[in-house]
Amino acid sequence: MRIRNREKPFGIEKPVTARGQIVIIEDRCKGCGFCIEYCPNDVLRLSDKYNSKGYHPPYVAHEEECVDCGFCQMNCPDFAIFSVEVESGEREPAPAESVKR
Amino acid sequence: METINTIQEQKHPMDDLLRMDRIPHIWCPGCGIGNAVSAFAEALRKLEYDLDKVVVVSGIGCTGRVAGYIKTDSFHTTHGRAIAFATGIKLGNPDLKVIVISGDGDLVSIGGNHFVHAARRNIDLTVICVNNFIYAMTGGQVAPTTPIPAYTTTSPFGNFEAPANVPQLAEAAGAVYVARWTALHMRRLADSIVEAFNRPGFSVVEVISPCAMYYSRINKLGDGLDMMQFYYNNSIIRHGESTDNLNIDYQKEIIVGKFVDRERPAFSESLNEWLRKDQVE
Repeated sequence: MRIRNREKPFGIEKPVTARGQIVIIEDRCKGCGFCIEYCPNDVLRLSDKYNSKGYHPPYVAHEEECVDCGFCQMNCPDFAIFSVEVESGEREPAPAESVKR
Repeated sequence: METINTIQEQKHPMDDLLRMDRIPHIWCPGCGIGNAVSAFAEALRKLEYDLDKVVVVSGIGCTGRVAGYIKTDSFHTTHGRAIAFATGIKLGNPDLKVIVISGDGDLVSIGGNHFVHAARRNIDLTVICVNNFIYAMTGGQVAPTTPIPAYTTTSPFGNFEAPANVPQLAEAAGAVYVARWTALHMRRLADSIVEAFNRPGFSVVEVISPCAMYYSRINKLGDGLDMMQFYYNNSIIRHGESTDNLNIDYQKEIIVGKFVDRERPAFSESLNEWLRKDQVE
């Protein structure tokens, strides 16, 4: 978990926790559930819909909880999920239309 | 909610290190080999090493497919001979960094001879041994790492052969760096691969990986997620543990960590020194 300005926490009122945005490439997912089980903040849930291979991909249930730790990205055996850091407070516009919010 | 997106639409951070024409890969859902590849890609990203000077060699088996998916120079070699090929590559061009990624059946059983002697000669290789306790690609036969009394397709009454202890074998043969992690210890595994990569000499990183389709299905241990949960509950990190204690018993605790970190002259180093001495005389 990345905390910005960690060197001098007393100079600012509250350390700012990084916020992340999760991107799921659903057609690569094989539904193993590693990302859902081992997300430290329980951001992800298993969805009911099917992808083109017939597996259930995850969906982002609590996007405000994501802190861009990147563990889902490392723990995914199928390279199907990753997170990008967003500035907290003001959200960046979505990079593409297909990006999940 | 958006609709299902296509594969080409989005760029994963690891896409630069993978051959995207071959993705999605063939590994089963719940397999841990993809995690090992992720950790390796993460290690390469951390190292910022020139990818033209990295060679990945693998043998045959599920883990043998890794060479086909990583976008460096890569060799998919004959069964068990990954280390032998890697030795040739390293000696032919000592500037290259050679990494062997292969399975337990390939490195420890069929290529056991090469494993032992490459460690003895301390050839400058990094070996990532993905251990899933079974010959998975050929249908789940008993492997030299299968614990007692696990069932496999060729041990229908349970395995009775004593399993090989990969870290102990590597240490006894003379490896300079030996570590073991499970497929769940992703960050530690990536850091360990970085350390092993920078170590001159024969370094071994064992990755305990779930095999959902053969090992855990025949033994009724659930799917890949259940195996991961088992690793989560039963793996104990003990750095510097004596490799004598690292036998993996069936569904017992798994000791992980960095066990051996020592210095020995690497093969190319001692070869050059020897030749120089010869010329001086």
